[in-house]
Amino acid sequence: MKRLALLFVAASLGYLHQETIARSEPRAADNERVIRISASTFEFTPSHVTVKKGVPVILELTSKDRHHGFKLAQFQVQVDIKPGAVEHVRLVPNKTGTFTFFCDVFCGDGHEDMSGTIEVIE
Amino acid sequence: MTELIQRRDFLKLAGMGVAVFVSGPTVLAGGSPQKRNESFYFVQLSDTHWGFNGPAINPDSQGTLKKAVAAVNALDEQPDFVVFTGDLTQTTDDRKIRRDRMAEFRDIVSQLKVKTVRFMPGEHDASLDRGEAYQEFFGDPYYTFDHKGVHFIVLDNVSDPTAAVGEKQLQWLQADLKQIERDARIVVLTHRPLFDLVPEWDWATRDGAAVIDALMPHPNVTVLYGHIHQEHHHMTGHIAHHAAKSLMWALPEPGSVPKKAQIPWNSAEPYKGLGFREVEAEVRQARYDIKEFSMKG
Repeated sequence: MKRLALLFVAASLGYLHQETIARSEPRAADNERVIRISASTFEFTPSHVTVKKGVPVILELTSKDRHHGFKLAQFQVQVDIKPGAVEHVRLVPNKTGTFTFFCDVFCGDGHEDMSGTIEVIE
Repeated sequence: MTELIQRRDFLKLAGMGVAVFVSGPTVLAGGSPQKRNESFYFVQLSDTHWGFNGPAINPDSQGTLKKAVAAVNALDEQPDFVVFTGDLTQTTDDRKIRRDRMAEFRDIVSQLKVKTVRFMPGEHDASLDRGEAYQEFFGDPYYTFDHKGVHFIVLDNVSDPTAAVGEKQLQWLQADLKQIERDARIVVLTHRPLFDLVPEWDWATRDGAAVIDALMPHPNVTVLYGHIHQEHHHMTGHIAHHAAKSLMWALPEPGSVPKKAQIPWNSAEPYKGLGFREVEAEVRQARYDIKEFSMKG
């Protein structure tokens, strides 16, 4: 209840752009689009996704090999992705543009090139 | 002391250095009385990335560190100590190669005339094995030492691959700070920036704000770090943060390009952007004069 209240307050203030939801299954009842992004050394697949402004999506994040991170700073998204786990993030894109997401858990020699983009269109 | 002041003044007059001043109250704390007024200087080298191989980025990857060691050895006055602020070696998944690189690095820097050399890990050294190999070669990844009235705190924000200092180290830091006087002269040495310089370039420490909060009550704190491969100066409140150049490759200015990438070698200006620095501590004034050295062929 407290969590719901906090979410409501944050949303009403306009600060909330993403919500990390239960780390099991996306909310099927919502009929929201699920975008699966897989991390592996040293790339995200897919590395570019397109979403619509104002239309919530669920990012489903997995790792094929080792501990990676998924950071989308412009939407305050940060998730650690470990092999064997499935992480879900609900994203409500509230601004248009092309935004970079990247691995923020050091994973090796190609770590610094491990990034992708989310394009938010009208 | 007189010699040091004259030397510093000479550097300023010659226009060779970049002077950074950190002012503080004149009331001193800590250290024995005879050492309170001393000045001294040390050398900071960073991001040597020993083992890196990329001719388009640095065709002298086997020679740059050795040249830097020779340059430090050639300084007119030898520093009190030398500090390497992380990324001593280039990362590798291979446990043996990682250790080979650390052994080679250690052998090369053993040629420094100055025998007091302080180390700390960068993510290339420690993030893939949580500092196991690093600690075999260089000891504790975080620690403190005192020198002539300055309390140095070495922080490890890389052995955790999420770029966090972590709760255990944070508690250790808070306990250490409780033991010194509030206005003690404090220099923090670390690898990553403790503030959010460019998070989307991985230029941040996940819990760096907690570290800065712990340091904030102390009026005389300066942070020296590496990681971003260039000189950079930033203030968080009264705390100054100074990033050092690399000795392997240069990187773009913070946020200046859409995607961070190593700056290719320019044969017209070899070693451009690579270098090291002297830091001269005026303990009484809690002031640190920084002089940047550029590598040359």
